[in-house]
Amino acid sequence: MWSFFHKLGSPPWLYRISGSILRWLLPLTLIALCAGAVWGLFYTAPDFRQGNSYRIIYIHVPAAVVALAGYYVMAIAGAVSLIWKMKMADVAMKACAPVGAALTFIALVTGAIWGKPTWGTWWVWDARITSMLILLFLYLGVIALYEAFDNKEAAGKACAVLTLVGTVNIPIIYKSVDWWYSLHQPASIKFTGESSIDPSMLYPLLLMIGSFYALFTCALLMNMRLEILRRESRTGWVRKLVGA
Amino acid sequence: MHPVRKQRLIIVLCVVLFSSAAVGLMAYALRGNINLFFPPAEVAAGKAPVGQPIRVGGMVVEGSVQRSEDSLHVRFEVTDYQARVPIVYEGILPDLFGEGQGAVAAGVLDDQGVLQATEVLAKHDENYMPPEVAEALEKSKAQMKGANMTKGQGE
Repeated sequence: MWSFFHKLGSPPWLYRISGSILRWLLPLTLIALCAGAVWGLFYTAPDFRQGNSYRIIYIHVPAAVVALAGYYVMAIAGAVSLIWKMKMADVAMKACAPVGAALTFIALVTGAIWGKPTWGTWWVWDARITSMLILLFLYLGVIALYEAFDNKEAAGKACAVLTLVGTVNIPIIYKSVDWWYSLHQPASIKFTGESSIDPSMLYPLLLMIGSFYALFTCALLMNMRLEILRRESRTGWVRKLVGA
Repeated sequence: MHPVRKQRLIIVLCVVLFSSAAVGLMAYALRGNINLFFPPAEVAAGKAPVGQPIRVGGMVVEGSVQRSEDSLHVRFEVTDYQARVPIVYEGILPDLFGEGQGAVAAGVLDDQGVLQATEVLAKHDENYMPPEVAEALEKSKAQMKGANMTKGQGE
């Protein structure tokens, strides 16, 4: 266990292992994404009240779920880099931010597109939507803060603290629809008890959520590999790799 | 664990805890303002301000929707099963607006306790199902009701 942890801290090892993971994970992700999208968009019944417009759920919910989970990945990476001064955790934290920001943005945009025909408005300042907007600003804030420092060690530290402070937002987003009166409906997928979404619609949704997790992992690893090469560009193993 | 790392771990945990506590207290202090709308019970209790823009949300009472024949004027009531608030509105209602469904109306409460709405939004619930399933569910509900009625008559 500890040797694995130590290996994770080695850039060439991480570069190599992430490359071999991506080789099979990336095609698998693309297949699952296509399968889930086709299943959800073409082979499920329309909703009894919303008709076909509910189908945007197959993009909206997975993007939102993984945007929240991705924040925890970023926060844990930030904590590890603060406590153990692990360079690769810092790389992971930095690589998370743009991916999470993109997913949050997708969730907000698809939510607006969904809201117009169903609720009758693009945007409303309710607890769920506002806290999701704050999540987007947190991700963007981490990106901006990192770039604002010339000293990358200080940048990593500042970003790690920001991500840790921001973690409080995640349970707020998750529970906002239960704690306050909001326009956004409560969760349909329940961990305990029966989900209030029909199984024929739930299975493609779960497949899409799984695919989005895999997509997040792929994007994160690819981002990390790029950052590793950038940081290690002067070392022997990278020079050997590019054949210089 | 190395004492320096342990210390850093404690600092990290403190950062998370204290920031959570700060935000938690803030949310607690602002709890009334975070709610998007007032439920009818609070309006009936006089907790909603009169003459100021507010939102009221609840279920549209079955049979309460009255549409004007020559304009977009509509009048309906929303309820939280404790109190009812009448709402008047002039404009196009969202597709999902309907009796027995959730709605949130923004407007100003007049002295008669009627909300003069400037915007009506539909609030849909978390249930998703194909139309056939909804139909079957409706049927079985109706049958159960029917069974109860015949039972009631037999007694």
